[in-house]
Amino acid sequence: MRWGCYLPVMTALLFGAMAAPARAATIQIATTDLVFAPSEVSAKVGDTVEWINKDVFAHTATARNGDFDVMMPPKKTVTSVLKKAGTIEYYCRFHPNMKAVLTIAP
Amino acid sequence: MFIRLSAAIAALSLLGNAALAQGAKPTDPQIAHIAYTAGVIDINAAKQAIAKASNKDVKSFAQVMVRDHEAVNKQALDLVKKLKVTPEDNDTSKTLSKQATEKLAELDKLKGAEYDKAYVANEVAYHKAVNGALETQLIPSASNAELKSLLQTGLKIFQGHQQHAEQVAAKLK
Repeated sequence: MRWGCYLPVMTALLFGAMAAPARAATIQIATTDLVFAPSEVSAKVGDTVEWINKDVFAHTATARNGDFDVMMPPKKTVTSVLKKAGTIEYYCRFHPNMKAVLTIAP
Repeated sequence: MFIRLSAAIAALSLLGNAALAQGAKPTDPQIAHIAYTAGVIDINAAKQAIAKASNKDVKSFAQVMVRDHEAVNKQALDLVKKLKVTPEDNDTSKTLSKQATEKLAELDKLKGAEYDKAYVANEVAYHKAVNGALETQLIPSASNAELKSLLQTGLKIFQGHQQHAEQVAAKLK
Protein backbone atom coordinates (compact mmCIF):
# COMPACT_ATOMS: atom_id res chain seq x y z
CA MET A 1 0.00 0.00 0.00
CA ARG A 2 2.73 2.32 1.06
CA TRP A 3 4.93 1.33 -1.87
CA GLY A 4 2.00 1.78 -4.21
CA CYS A 5 1.97 5.48 -3.32
CA TYR A 6 5.57 5.83 -4.40
CA LEU A 7 5.20 3.93 -7.63
CA PRO A 8 3.86 6.80 -9.77
CA VAL A 9 6.58 9.09 -8.42
CA MET A 10 9.29 6.57 -9.20
CA THR A 11 7.86 5.91 -12.61
CA ALA A 12 7.80 9.62 -13.32
CA LEU A 13 11.40 9.95 -12.15
CA LEU A 14 12.50 7.03 -14.26
CA PHE A 15 10.78 8.19 -17.43
CA GLY A 16 11.76 11.74 -16.74
CA ALA A 17 15.38 10.71 -16.65
CA MET A 18 15.01 8.72 -19.84
CA ALA A 19 13.33 11.57 -21.66
CA ALA A 20 15.98 14.08 -20.64
CA PRO A 21 18.59 14.84 -23.34
CA ALA A 22 21.84 12.91 -23.22
CA ARG A 23 24.30 14.46 -20.78
CA ALA A 24 27.13 16.52 -22.14
CA ALA A 25 30.24 14.44 -22.69
CA THR A 26 33.89 15.20 -22.07
CA ILE A 27 36.19 14.57 -24.99
CA GLN A 28 39.96 14.39 -24.82
CA ILE A 29 42.20 15.69 -27.57
CA ALA A 30 45.93 15.46 -26.97
CA THR A 31 48.98 16.91 -28.67
CA THR A 32 52.06 14.72 -28.72
CA ASP A 33 55.11 15.53 -30.85
CA LEU A 34 53.13 18.16 -32.75
CA VAL A 35 50.18 15.94 -33.64
CA PHE A 36 46.55 16.40 -32.54
CA ALA A 37 45.10 13.01 -31.64
CA PRO A 38 42.53 11.83 -32.46
CA SER A 39 42.79 13.90 -35.63
CA GLU A 40 39.05 13.61 -36.31
CA VAL A 41 36.57 13.86 -33.45
CA SER A 42 32.75 13.97 -33.36
CA ALA A 43 31.08 15.89 -30.55
CA LYS A 44 27.92 17.80 -29.68
CA VAL A 45 27.19 21.36 -28.71
CA GLY A 46 27.58 21.55 -24.92
CA ASP A 47 30.33 18.92 -24.79
CA THR A 48 33.57 19.80 -23.04
CA VAL A 49 36.91 19.27 -24.72
CA GLU A 50 39.93 18.55 -22.55
CA TRP A 51 42.90 19.77 -24.55
CA ILE A 52 45.89 17.85 -23.23
CA ASN A 53 49.25 19.25 -24.31
CA LYS A 54 51.90 16.58 -23.76
CA ASP A 55 54.58 18.59 -25.57
CA VAL A 56 57.12 20.95 -24.04
CA PHE A 57 55.98 23.50 -26.63
CA ALA A 58 53.00 25.84 -26.34
CA HIS A 59 50.29 25.16 -28.92
CA THR A 60 46.90 26.57 -29.81
CA ALA A 61 43.73 24.94 -31.08
CA THR A 62 42.46 27.64 -33.41
CA ALA A 63 39.32 27.22 -35.52
CA ARG A 64 39.80 28.41 -39.11
CA ASN A 65 36.33 29.98 -39.02
CA GLY A 66 37.10 31.82 -35.77
CA ASP A 67 34.68 29.79 -33.58
CA PHE A 68 37.36 29.06 -30.97
CA ASP A 69 40.98 29.82 -30.16
CA VAL A 70 42.29 27.82 -27.21
CA MET A 71 45.76 28.40 -25.76
CA MET A 72 47.48 25.15 -24.83
CA PRO A 73 50.44 25.83 -22.51
CA PRO A 74 53.19 23.18 -22.46
CA LYS A 75 52.51 20.08 -20.34
CA LYS A 76 49.09 21.40 -19.27
CA THR A 77 45.45 20.46 -19.78
CA VAL A 78 42.88 23.14 -20.50
CA THR A 79 39.15 22.74 -21.11
CA SER A 80 36.67 24.47 -23.37
CA VAL A 81 32.96 23.99 -23.99
CA LEU A 82 31.74 23.62 -27.57
CA LYS A 83 29.19 26.33 -28.29
CA LYS A 84 28.46 26.17 -32.01
CA ALA A 85 27.71 23.31 -34.38
CA GLY A 86 29.65 22.69 -37.55
CA THR A 87 32.55 20.84 -39.11
CA ILE A 88 35.46 22.82 -37.78
CA GLU A 89 38.95 22.63 -39.19
CA TYR A 90 41.40 23.82 -36.58
CA TYR A 91 45.16 24.24 -36.41
CA CYS A 92 47.98 25.52 -34.19
CA ARG A 93 48.82 29.18 -34.83
CA PHE A 94 52.44 28.61 -33.76
CA HIS A 95 52.91 25.47 -35.86
CA PRO A 96 50.45 25.68 -38.76
CA ASN A 97 51.48 22.19 -39.90
CA MET A 98 49.39 20.85 -36.97
CA LYS A 99 45.83 20.38 -38.29
CA ALA A 100 42.75 18.44 -37.24
CA VAL A 101 38.96 18.37 -37.57
CA LEU A 102 36.20 18.59 -34.97
CA THR A 103 32.66 17.77 -36.10
CA ILE A 104 30.15 19.33 -33.72
CA ALA A 105 26.51 18.21 -33.96
CA PRO A 106 23.76 20.60 -32.76
CA MET B 1 70.34 41.78 -49.51
CA PHE B 2 67.95 39.06 -50.59
CA ILE B 3 70.45 37.71 -53.09
CA ARG B 4 72.83 36.95 -50.23
CA LEU B 5 70.02 35.67 -48.05
CA SER B 6 71.89 33.97 -45.29
CA ALA B 7 75.37 32.67 -45.67
CA ALA B 8 74.47 30.22 -42.95
CA ILE B 9 71.96 28.69 -45.35
CA ALA B 10 74.71 28.10 -47.86
CA ALA B 11 76.74 26.40 -45.15
CA LEU B 12 73.84 24.07 -44.34
CA SER B 13 73.35 23.22 -48.00
CA LEU B 14 77.05 22.53 -48.30
CA LEU B 15 76.94 20.30 -45.26
CA GLY B 16 75.47 17.52 -47.35
CA ASN B 17 77.97 17.87 -50.14
CA ALA B 18 81.00 18.17 -47.87
CA ALA B 19 80.04 15.12 -45.85
CA LEU B 20 79.33 13.10 -48.97
CA ALA B 21 82.57 14.19 -50.61
CA GLN B 22 84.56 12.88 -47.69
CA GLY B 23 82.42 9.77 -47.57
CA ALA B 24 82.02 10.42 -43.84
CA LYS B 25 78.78 11.11 -42.08
CA PRO B 26 78.68 13.36 -39.05
CA THR B 27 78.95 11.52 -35.74
CA ASP B 28 76.30 11.78 -33.01
CA PRO B 29 78.38 14.25 -30.93
CA GLN B 30 78.82 16.39 -34.05
CA ILE B 31 75.13 16.14 -34.98
CA ALA B 32 74.15 17.21 -31.46
CA HIS B 33 76.50 20.19 -31.75
CA ILE B 34 75.19 21.23 -35.18
CA ALA B 35 71.53 20.95 -34.12
CA TYR B 36 72.16 22.89 -30.90
CA THR B 37 74.11 25.58 -32.78
CA ALA B 38 71.34 25.92 -35.37
CA GLY B 39 68.90 26.51 -32.49
CA VAL B 40 71.11 29.11 -30.79
CA ILE B 41 71.47 30.98 -34.09
CA ASP B 42 67.70 31.25 -34.46
CA ILE B 43 67.29 32.33 -30.81
CA ASN B 44 69.83 35.13 -31.30
CA ALA B 45 68.12 36.28 -34.50
CA ALA B 46 64.75 36.23 -32.67
CA LYS B 47 66.07 38.24 -29.72
CA GLN B 48 67.27 40.86 -32.17
CA ALA B 49 63.82 40.83 -33.79
CA ILE B 50 62.01 41.23 -30.46
CA ALA B 51 64.07 44.36 -29.87
CA LYS B 52 63.95 45.74 -33.42
CA ALA B 53 60.78 44.59 -35.18
CA SER B 54 57.97 47.09 -35.63
CA ASN B 55 55.23 44.73 -36.87
CA LYS B 56 53.38 42.89 -34.09
CA ASP B 57 53.06 39.62 -36.04
CA VAL B 58 56.81 39.65 -36.60
CA LYS B 59 57.43 40.29 -32.90
CA SER B 60 55.13 37.49 -31.77
CA PHE B 61 56.67 35.13 -34.35
CA ALA B 62 60.10 35.95 -32.86
CA GLN B 63 58.77 35.22 -29.35
CA VAL B 64 57.62 31.77 -30.50
CA MET B 65 61.09 31.16 -31.99
CA VAL B 66 62.82 31.95 -28.69
CA ARG B 67 60.37 29.80 -26.70
CA ASP B 68 60.43 26.77 -29.02
CA HIS B 69 64.13 26.71 -29.82
CA GLU B 70 65.00 27.10 -26.13
CA ALA B 71 62.67 24.19 -25.35
CA VAL B 72 64.24 22.00 -28.07
CA ASN B 73 67.76 22.89 -26.97
CA LYS B 74 66.92 22.14 -23.35
CA GLN B 75 65.72 18.69 -24.43
CA ALA B 76 68.91 18.26 -26.45
CA LEU B 77 71.07 19.16 -23.43
CA ASP B 78 69.08 16.79 -21.20
CA LEU B 79 69.55 14.03 -23.76
CA VAL B 80 73.31 14.44 -24.23
CA LYS B 81 73.69 14.49 -20.45
CA LYS B 82 71.67 11.30 -20.15
CA LEU B 83 73.61 9.62 -22.96
CA LYS B 84 76.90 10.95 -21.55
CA VAL B 85 77.73 12.40 -24.95
CA THR B 86 79.82 15.57 -25.22
CA PRO B 87 78.71 17.64 -28.22
CA GLU B 88 81.70 18.05 -30.49
CA ASP B 89 82.46 21.31 -32.25
CA ASN B 90 83.09 20.88 -35.95
CA ASP B 91 83.57 22.82 -39.17
CA THR B 92 79.85 22.95 -39.97
CA SER B 93 78.99 24.41 -36.55
CA LYS B 94 81.84 26.91 -36.87
CA THR B 95 80.79 28.04 -40.35
CA LEU B 96 77.17 28.33 -39.23
CA SER B 97 78.05 30.49 -36.23
CA LYS B 98 80.44 32.73 -38.15
CA GLN B 99 77.97 33.37 -40.93
CA ALA B 100 75.08 33.88 -38.55
CA THR B 101 77.07 36.59 -36.77
CA GLU B 102 77.59 38.32 -40.12
CA LYS B 103 73.89 38.03 -40.90
CA LEU B 104 72.95 39.56 -37.53
CA ALA B 105 75.24 42.52 -38.23
CA GLU B 106 73.70 42.92 -41.68
CA LEU B 107 70.14 42.85 -40.29
CA ASP B 108 71.12 45.23 -37.51
CA LYS B 109 71.71 47.97 -40.08
CA LEU B 110 68.10 47.80 -41.30
CA LYS B 111 65.12 49.55 -39.75
CA GLY B 112 61.34 49.44 -39.62
CA ALA B 113 59.44 47.56 -42.33
CA GLU B 114 62.65 46.89 -44.23
CA TYR B 115 64.09 45.07 -41.22
CA ASP B 116 60.85 43.13 -40.61
CA LYS B 117 60.77 41.85 -44.18
CA ALA B 118 64.44 40.92 -44.21
CA TYR B 119 64.20 39.09 -40.88
CA VAL B 120 61.12 37.07 -41.88
CA ALA B 121 62.53 36.28 -45.34
CA ASN B 122 65.68 35.01 -43.70
CA GLU B 123 63.64 32.94 -41.24
CA VAL B 124 61.79 31.25 -44.11
CA ALA B 125 65.05 30.48 -45.91
CA TYR B 126 66.92 29.48 -42.75
CA HIS B 127 64.25 27.03 -41.57
CA LYS B 128 64.01 25.59 -45.07
CA ALA B 129 67.76 24.99 -45.09
CA VAL B 130 67.81 23.52 -41.56
CA ASN B 131 64.90 21.23 -42.49
CA GLY B 132 66.75 20.10 -45.62
CA ALA B 133 69.88 19.34 -43.60
CA LEU B 134 67.84 17.49 -40.94
CA GLU B 135 65.99 15.39 -43.49
CA THR B 136 68.84 14.48 -45.81
CA GLN B 137 71.85 14.46 -43.49
CA LEU B 138 71.41 14.76 -39.75
CA ILE B 139 68.47 12.39 -39.16
CA PRO B 140 69.76 9.62 -41.49
CA SER B 141 73.26 9.92 -39.96
CA ALA B 142 72.17 9.81 -36.31
CA SER B 143 72.85 6.39 -34.85
CA ASN B 144 71.34 6.79 -31.38
CA ALA B 145 67.58 6.17 -31.48
CA GLU B 146 66.75 8.87 -28.91
CA LEU B 147 68.84 11.45 -30.73
CA LYS B 148 67.17 10.48 -34.00
CA SER B 149 63.74 10.83 -32.42
CA LEU B 150 64.56 14.26 -30.95
CA LEU B 151 65.79 15.40 -34.37
CA GLN B 152 62.53 14.15 -35.88
CA THR B 153 60.52 16.19 -33.36
CA GLY B 154 62.81 19.11 -34.17
CA LEU B 155 62.06 18.68 -37.87
CA LYS B 156 58.30 18.86 -37.21
CA ILE B 157 58.72 21.99 -35.05
CA PHE B 158 60.94 23.66 -37.66
CA GLN B 159 58.56 22.76 -40.50
CA GLY B 160 55.85 24.44 -38.43
CA HIS B 161 58.08 27.51 -38.02
CA GLN B 162 58.76 27.60 -41.75
CA GLN B 163 55.01 27.64 -42.51
CA HIS B 164 54.41 30.20 -39.78
CA ALA B 165 57.19 32.41 -41.21
CA GLU B 166 55.75 32.04 -44.71
CA GLN B 167 52.34 33.20 -43.43
CA VAL B 168 53.87 36.21 -41.68
CA ALA B 169 55.90 37.03 -44.83
CA ALA B 170 52.76 36.85 -46.98
CA LYS B 171 50.98 39.31 -44.66
CA LEU B 172 53.89 41.78 -44.83
CA LYS B 173 53.55 42.16 -48.61
